[in-house]
Amino acid sequence: MVDPVLASRLQFAITVIVHIIFPVMSMGLAPFLIYFTWKEIRSGDAIYEQLRRFWTNIFAVSFAVGTVTGLVLEFEFGTNFAAFSTVAGELFGGPLALEGMMAFMLEATFLGVFVFGRDRVSDRLYFLSSVAVGLGTWLSAVWILIANSWMQTPRGFEMVTENGQRVVHLTDALAAYFNPRFPWMFVHMQNAAVESVALFMAGVAAYYVFRHHVWGYPIQQIDFWETTLKIALIALLITAPLQAIHGDAYARHVSETQPQKFAAMEAVWETESYVPEYIVAIPTTIDQLLNPWAKDLFGIGIPGGASWLASGGNAQATIRGLDAFSTQAPPVAIVFWAFRIMVALGFWFIVLAIWGTYRWWRGELFEDDLLHKALMGSSLLGFVTVELGWIVTEVGRQPWVIQGIMKTTDSVSPGLTGAEATFTLIGFITGYTLLLGLYIYVVARIIKSGPPPRDELDSIDRSLQTDTEVTTND
Amino acid sequence: MTNVEQLATEPLFGLPLADLWFVLLFFILGMFLFLDGFDFGIGILFAIHDDDEEKAQLLAAITPFWDANEVWLVVFGGSLFAAFPVVYANLFSRYYLLMFAILAALGLRGLSPEMYEQREDERWRLWWGRAFVLGSLTAPFLLGMFMANWLVGATTIITLPGIVVGLAVVALTVVDGVAFLRLKLCGDLRDRIRMDGYHALTAYLILFVLTIGYIQLTVSALRPDLRSPVIAGLVVLTFVLAVFYAGATSRDQYGLALGATAGLVFSLMGIVASLMFPIVDPGFELTVESAAVSILPLNIMSIGAVLLLPLIFVYFGVLYSAFSGPVTADESY
Repeated sequence: MVDPVLASRLQFAITVIVHIIFPVMSMGLAPFLIYFTWKEIRSGDAIYEQLRRFWTNIFAVSFAVGTVTGLVLEFEFGTNFAAFSTVAGELFGGPLALEGMMAFMLEATFLGVFVFGRDRVSDRLYFLSSVAVGLGTWLSAVWILIANSWMQTPRGFEMVTENGQRVVHLTDALAAYFNPRFPWMFVHMQNAAVESVALFMAGVAAYYVFRHHVWGYPIQQIDFWETTLKIALIALLITAPLQAIHGDAYARHVSETQPQKFAAMEAVWETESYVPEYIVAIPTTIDQLLNPWAKDLFGIGIPGGASWLASGGNAQATIRGLDAFSTQAPPVAIVFWAFRIMVALGFWFIVLAIWGTYRWWRGELFEDDLLHKALMGSSLLGFVTVELGWIVTEVGRQPWVIQGIMKTTDSVSPGLTGAEATFTLIGFITGYTLLLGLYIYVVARIIKSGPPPRDELDSIDRSLQTDTEVTTND
Repeated sequence: MTNVEQLATEPLFGLPLADLWFVLLFFILGMFLFLDGFDFGIGILFAIHDDDEEKAQLLAAITPFWDANEVWLVVFGGSLFAAFPVVYANLFSRYYLLMFAILAALGLRGLSPEMYEQREDERWRLWWGRAFVLGSLTAPFLLGMFMANWLVGATTIITLPGIVVGLAVVALTVVDGVAFLRLKLCGDLRDRIRMDGYHALTAYLILFVLTIGYIQLTVSALRPDLRSPVIAGLVVLTFVLAVFYAGATSRDQYGLALGATAGLVFSLMGIVASLMFPIVDPGFELTVESAAVSILPLNIMSIGAVLLLPLIFVYFGVLYSAFSGPVTADESY
């Protein structure tokens, strides 16, 4: 039997790691869908209807799987982390309830209209429903990130004793909800979602473009994929550099508000000044290789780099080391590497964006097979980067579930037995593996079957109708 | 309400907010049971219809709605967490395996129609159809179990009232499903399912009486409550609504029959809530007052609910009116 604390943590980690894929897909697709719908209605051009229909299909599947996994997540706070829910309920439950009422309801009801109602509602209502769905996905993130960011930088509360237990009391809702971490998390997360979807779109489109233009396969409606590639590249060119800019400011914010996490990100064990920014760090002894808390590291780095980044320009700045904290350090190696790979991938995406744009500008976008291969290979890396970012955030804040207030080990349901927790953990590993496999299978099928054939569309007729009406009115 | 500072010290307009949230919770649960109830009922009816075209009609009746219907459960979970976090923590951890069984059933129920429509191949559809039936059958059963366990403060998961109420909720969702389908279908199938509705209603009434009888005989703490005028009234109302449902169904008054079903669901919720009140977690003898969060979050949540619930009804109005009227099998939306 696995220890209930460990089993609960593993189970929660699996839930979150799998669940995050689907909201990232919906949040990232939302602005594209709004744009396609608007263009479809405005121009009546069939390609926008194809784009809207094709990507809506993927959105709808992601939403269905996201609902299932998200409901699990909401219930797990009660089933596995009852102690946390009792202590932090006042601050944590509110945002979850408001997410449901304000965001999820908006998204789910209008998704029904958006997916099935093209011929049943007016163009105006149809466009509004695409906006409502998009707004719903983004508002959802607002409330979830309010809840999460409060755990990172808790504000606006006091600890009181109630029925013999220390619990959190909300004293200042604005301070609590709009805590210092929230804006950084929100901007970084939303931009990451759009960037990930842009990469995904670019990769899928590059696959068809490559087969058609480089290999010479006849692909019907190749212009659909060419347009997709261009739109994805524009989105990537906007989001990729932004991600690095606010990512840098975000990291500085972490160094100010969660110095232990920052020290883990940089693997700084002892308080020092002129700390280098390590590119890699390798344990010097073999037996330390599998120890995430290994201290004797051989590192290659830029002298003073970490100090320079943490302080915003002073290479001599002091960074507090992990030994300076009374609590045990988080598993440093995991945080250190997740952070490094995330940043490296972030820069790679900037390279891709610039490379693609340059080729496009030169009129060689459809000929550069190396670019196509790079885009194909990177199509899922946005999602990988999002996962890594969350690993930095969530593993990096350990041992705290609420920074400085409550430890993760104290947050698990007191009555939970090892047998129960192990049983559900096994269920999770099987169930979520199947779920993920099924999702990938269905999305791959949608991609393989391509856009709906143009002769099945009726948007051209519709635009003609609109023209006739305009003429009649004149 | 004059200024922001009062938000932290006085309840809005001096209202008994904790009590109102208790009522609201059961209202939200009722909305879920009524709306997702017909999805469940239709999923169960899926088992007794072999014809592909009929199955397509059953699915088409709920496809645009089920996502939105299910969100009421998410709102229930969130609201219970927000208003009574201790109860949320106690209940969900006490019925640990039951909660995961519910989630698994709901997962199956949510995924299977989505998957069913992805491919036309026969075996694929056979298995996802079965998964749809299984999920639709177990989800309401387990939710009924959860409700009964919560009400009697059970410490184990499998209890006699749990099983009886579970079956009752299953029967109720079939009644609900039939009522909704009769509004959404046309032709021969609409006439044929009428009898399914009567059978399910009879089963529900029998299980309902058994539940009341069980409480009267064995749950001494709830016995006095059973004779209160409110509960007696709701029990009578259940039978009146059942008769009304049968009458409306036989006269093909589809909307009225569906309305009567909603009445049946909310009567059941009313009975559970009134039996429990002023306790909110009978297992821990926690009262509504002691389990509720403090005044500031309660005020904020109340403002949120007052502003958002009417909006949600507008959204549902848009959704249901966009897809009003009967569906046919070839309609792909």
